[in-house]
Amino acid sequence: MSATTRKSKPMDRRRFLQDSARGIAGCTVAGMALSQFVTDARALPAQAIRPPGALDEGDFLASCIRCGLCVRDCPYDTLKLAELGYDGPATGTPYFIARDIPCEMCDDIPCVVACPTGALDHSLTNIDEADMGVAVLIDEEACLNALGLRCDVCYRVCPVIDEAITLERSHNERSGAHAIFMPTVHADKCTGCGKCEKSCVLPEESAIKVLPRRIALAQSAEHYKLGWEDQNPLVDDLIDLPDRLPGPGTDNLVAPGGYLPGAEPLPDPSMEGGFKPSFKLPGVSQ
Amino acid sequence: MSSKTKHPTGQEAIEKFGWLRAHRFLLLRRAAQFFFLGIFLLGPWFGIWWVKGNLSGSLTFDVLPLTDPFITVQSLVAGHWPELTGLIGAVIVGVVYALIGGRVYCSWVCPINPVTDAAHYLHDKLDLQKGWQPKSGTRYWVLAMVVAVSALTGTIAWEFVNPISMLHRGLIFGVGFAWAFVVAVFLFDLFVSRRGWCGHLCPVGTFYGLLGTKSVLRVSAQNRAACDDCMDCFAVCPEMQVITPALRGQDGDTPLILAPDCTNCGRCIDVCAQDVFHFTHRFDATPAPGRGARSRTQPATGASRAA
Repeated sequence: MSATTRKSKPMDRRRFLQDSARGIAGCTVAGMALSQFVTDARALPAQAIRPPGALDEGDFLASCIRCGLCVRDCPYDTLKLAELGYDGPATGTPYFIARDIPCEMCDDIPCVVACPTGALDHSLTNIDEADMGVAVLIDEEACLNALGLRCDVCYRVCPVIDEAITLERSHNERSGAHAIFMPTVHADKCTGCGKCEKSCVLPEESAIKVLPRRIALAQSAEHYKLGWEDQNPLVDDLIDLPDRLPGPGTDNLVAPGGYLPGAEPLPDPSMEGGFKPSFKLPGVSQ
Repeated sequence: MSSKTKHPTGQEAIEKFGWLRAHRFLLLRRAAQFFFLGIFLLGPWFGIWWVKGNLSGSLTFDVLPLTDPFITVQSLVAGHWPELTGLIGAVIVGVVYALIGGRVYCSWVCPINPVTDAAHYLHDKLDLQKGWQPKSGTRYWVLAMVVAVSALTGTIAWEFVNPISMLHRGLIFGVGFAWAFVVAVFLFDLFVSRRGWCGHLCPVGTFYGLLGTKSVLRVSAQNRAACDDCMDCFAVCPEMQVITPALRGQDGDTPLILAPDCTNCGRCIDVCAQDVFHFTHRFDATPAPGRGARSRTQPATGASRAA
């Protein structure tokens, strides 16, 4: 395909097809590389926590334009934008590391308000309903409370104290005479703010860490029922048979052996007035 | 090639009008690029928060939301309907560029433009081969590829690699290794493909070009009859194919440069010693006689200077 033949011939079908094939092939290769890159970048590291109200990671990458307005409006400099090569999340997307600066859970949630696209869901108006992750007491061997001491710091700093973290008392088998006050996270109340992780007194890593819910929580099977919490019968929609109480006015007397609609009201005249029960209810005059 | 070193592009204009006037649009462009970067840096560097965010999305004086429409389109095909603020911002930006020329973004705002201009300057100085020159349709394939990948992966795909936001966001929020993308574009333009990135591949520029297809602000070769074939405009233009229909048009042809590839950079106006070009609007119907009578004469000396 020299320049002279191309010049002498106007755009013909062969050339059009060749150019199209080239374009498609080139862009398929480039597109596959880009897709691979995008897919890799989707793997959010566990310690990187998205701001409050962030959509699920898949939806987040479809909606976050990486403008950093949430970062600018965060009064505690908690949020930052990921930098290529240094931090795990997709380049330029907002996140925070709880051990460095946790979320202070502002009442007016300025980061969500600032988001122009809704990557941080604007329907989140009560910060206590935020769901950035869930704290997990990840190292029970190092946790001071788990060793039987009274550190309690994670419990004390929790903004949802006594709901998101409680201290569950149990017998200290080691000493035989003391109690263990075990910090226990309740996932439905925990917002994932990370204040417990930040304040853990252990020197390097925290014994309690905020993890994404996808990592921290197991799913209960759909048909499991905790009988002590759920008073409903084990089988839904039990057939509710009519109560066949003795006494005047019940079909039990009107039609012994079966109720026939339209049947004579009193098939047996001797039954008129019902039967007398063999027992006597207290306080009921017969 | 030796003639080029003897007589650099725009020399006549410099001699005739002075250096400043022969570079006025270049200087204005650099000022604008500096302004659009500087205004974002006022906050993080000096604590003056007039503008927050970056070129992908911003908030000016706490009232004016601006959003990149190309990013918004990718977000839409990825399956996310943005909040009203984001949509309004995208519409504002879209309408402005549709009026003043989509690729005004490329030459007056984009922070990668100085990078590729520097690559081209060096390319010129080193007298390198022009290298791989993708076909004119390639940029549309790239644009289609980006939109397709966005739809297939459900992400704003180009933002994972976009050197524009890498650089702009990097300067404002911290760059990490994102400078590698900028260096890659520089080296690509320098050694692989002359004016390859902005002129042939970048899907952002392609998108803005399509956005500005019917833009009002246009360069016109109004005074084309005075053209002496020095070819300086072709040498200086980053999208030289856009000049030909206007400059070489006959009496009946419009002198307006209507091709969406034109970035309205104004360099052709700068370097023309004959004052052929100027900015005007697309409805400008001032008659512009072609060069029919002169086209049979010998081209002026220096025609071979065009790169």
